[in-house]
Amino acid sequence: MTTRSWLLSDDPETRMQARLGQFYRLARALLRNPLAMIGLGIIVLLLLVAAFAPWLAPYSAVQGDLANRLQPPSAAHWMGTDELGRDILSRVIFGARITLMIVLLVAVVAAPLGLLIGTVAGYFGGWIDRILMGLTDIFLSLPRLIMALAFVAALGPGIENAVIAIAITAWPVYARIARAEVLTFRNAEFLDAVRVQGASSARIITLHVMPLCMSSTIVRVTLDMAGIILTAAGLGFLGLGAQPPLPEWGAMISRGRSFILDQWWVATMPGFAIVIVSLGFCLFGDGLRDILDPKQRARG
Amino acid sequence: MISVRNLSVSFAKTQVLHDVSFEVAKGESFALVGESGSGKSTILKALAGQLKSWQGDLDIMDAPQGAGSKRDLARKVQMVFQDPYGSLHPRRTIDDTLGEPLAIHGIPDRDRRVLDMLDAVGLSRRFRFRLPHQLSGGQRQRVAIARALMLDPPVLLLDEPTSALDVSVQAEILNLLKALREEKGLTFLLVTHDLPVVSFLCDRLAILRAGRIEETTDVADLRSGQLSSAYGQELFRRSVDG
Amino acid sequence: MSLLSVKNLRVTFPSDHGPVEVVRGLSFDLGRERLGIVGESGSGKSMTGRAIMGLIATPGQVTADVLTFDGVDLRDLPETALRKLRGARMSMILQDPKFSLNPVIRIGPQIEEAMAVHGALTKRQRRARMLDALTAVRIDDPARVARLYPHEVSGGMGQRVMIAMMVVMEPALMIADEPTSALDVSVRGQVLDILDDLVKRRGMGLMLISHDLNMVSRWCDRILVMFQGAIVEEISAGQLYKAQHPYTRGLVASLPRIDESRDRLPVLDRTAL
Repeated sequence: MTTRSWLLSDDPETRMQARLGQFYRLARALLRNPLAMIGLGIIVLLLLVAAFAPWLAPYSAVQGDLANRLQPPSAAHWMGTDELGRDILSRVIFGARITLMIVLLVAVVAAPLGLLIGTVAGYFGGWIDRILMGLTDIFLSLPRLIMALAFVAALGPGIENAVIAIAITAWPVYARIARAEVLTFRNAEFLDAVRVQGASSARIITLHVMPLCMSSTIVRVTLDMAGIILTAAGLGFLGLGAQPPLPEWGAMISRGRSFILDQWWVATMPGFAIVIVSLGFCLFGDGLRDILDPKQRARG
Repeated sequence: MISVRNLSVSFAKTQVLHDVSFEVAKGESFALVGESGSGKSTILKALAGQLKSWQGDLDIMDAPQGAGSKRDLARKVQMVFQDPYGSLHPRRTIDDTLGEPLAIHGIPDRDRRVLDMLDAVGLSRRFRFRLPHQLSGGQRQRVAIARALMLDPPVLLLDEPTSALDVSVQAEILNLLKALREEKGLTFLLVTHDLPVVSFLCDRLAILRAGRIEETTDVADLRSGQLSSAYGQELFRRSVDG
Repeated sequence: MSLLSVKNLRVTFPSDHGPVEVVRGLSFDLGRERLGIVGESGSGKSMTGRAIMGLIATPGQVTADVLTFDGVDLRDLPETALRKLRGARMSMILQDPKFSLNPVIRIGPQIEEAMAVHGALTKRQRRARMLDALTAVRIDDPARVARLYPHEVSGGMGQRVMIAMMVVMEPALMIADEPTSALDVSVRGQVLDILDDLVKRRGMGLMLISHDLNMVSRWCDRILVMFQGAIVEEISAGQLYKAQHPYTRGLVASLPRIDESRDRLPVLDRTAL
């Protein structure tokens, strides 16, 4: 028996084999989607670059050489240098760490929070639903960047506060999506069945309701990554996110703005990084949606 | 075993059950027959503890339905639903579905119990780790019956358990239910609109219309066509002539 | 001449394990009569109806040696011509009317819209005809129902509305796929009566697709029993208990009866077929 047929078996013999088989089927579907694979490639690249930044970066990210200010791209400095003579390539490479950290922290905070609020509201309905969704709508009705700005202004500039602010502005979308999903099956008989078995509401929500909302949430989080990166960069650009000398991409663009006409590379190189990474998450998210959430796929 | 006295239920402003009373003895199979809107499923929901408010007395095994905790009730009464496609969680394997009641009630020995139950309902053990969409309608209904029996309840509430199934599969499921009842001495309360199914599976029946019981009688009267109420006669005629 | 003529109809779908034929060489003729098609799930009965209506979506493939409706070859008809035919001369009712009615248009206007196939009528004429059609399907208060949205009516009412729509279009062929299985027995009889009326009085040809052996055999002029994509037997009205094929006989035997005395129901032995 080959590994492949073992994974695809209709009659798995153990729980483990069943789980691996499901995972393999998803992975196989993803492999058949070229755009998603490009997206995944970009994300993996980002991860590798972030992990091996100290080895990949040819120069220091914070220590400049004032003699080599604002050098155009060359063999020695592939992306040129900035106004303090720092190598832009090295700064972009180290910036990947900051970007990745922001994205992950936001996802870890906002997605579970939104999922919890949305599933609780959808499952119980009634006044719980009205209160939670009223709160959600208040957050949703305010422009995201402006609300993040307000929070950072209140908490004080800095990368941790930027993460908190972005997370606070990101969860309502997940709550809305999760609630809408729950409404489609909240009266389903499989939930009646566990209720009749005496399961508590907490158990039903976490073990039976949430797993059905997971795929749409994961898809949405992946697609939102681009927005999160842009918001983080926006805060950095406005001087409210990562503080100098941290090589945050948004802050780098902000610094480069003064030289944009004569030394275009200072602002453009981190800009490229933002665009490419955002694109990677978008492509991957689209592909994930196709395999995890077949309902939403446009029928061809 | 089950005693329902003067049960009345209202949703919003409409009253769906009016003073319904009936008794089901231990080991008996009792049918509630009616068309949609007759309130027959509402009675099952009330017994299973799925209704928020109702008036009247519901006793199960000589104790008021609301007396113990939800988990006590679950040990006494379980339910099989109509739609084998909607009553199984689409992302959980058969093993997860059958293991869940054991996990909720902290019952040990999960592997053995799940395998024994698969055997009892005539499902091959190799289906254990399949997902519901990999099973046919009849196989899913067997899983639903197995799930209801995991806690070993003396009473089984059956909500149109075969109406969504093909004719030949219906026969298999009806045979299974009958055999399980004999083997485990179960008490059945069956909700259906299908008189021939009642004739096969039940001892007594009550005919419901618009939330009221029209008549309660023995299945022998149904088989010989001697239902006393006009509505019962009408249902009988339609069932014979279409 | 028959209204619908089908010879060697095949419907194929691709799958992971190569193409799968769900309808395998079906042949029959339909006149101005009630023809029942009976089978269990997976027998290909619904696919047959959809294939005739040209409603098999890609990647499904339909082939036939003959597929003629009232002298028109349906096989290579362009989609626009087919759509025109479907709106006017052949129509289909499905089990759940909710999927066939437009949820955001009131029932009255929706039926009036269906009349467009019969050319220019004044607004007043259309309304009168619409109300007539609703009355014809035994809706007591047609003016009120006409103002409702599809989600505001019950399943039985929705099914009658669907049929009212068919009545105004006066199709020559109707394919009804499980039109009564979602309905209560009491409403079921009414819906069948209306269909019967259409066949008898307007000379419509009706193909009734159902899993309900008893109902179809009592009601149709003749029935075709389908099993695994092919017709195994043709039975004329009321002759169900004289069926020859082991599959049909097995199905009949496995039905519980109202005067049931058997301790166990015989189960169809699929391996023997």
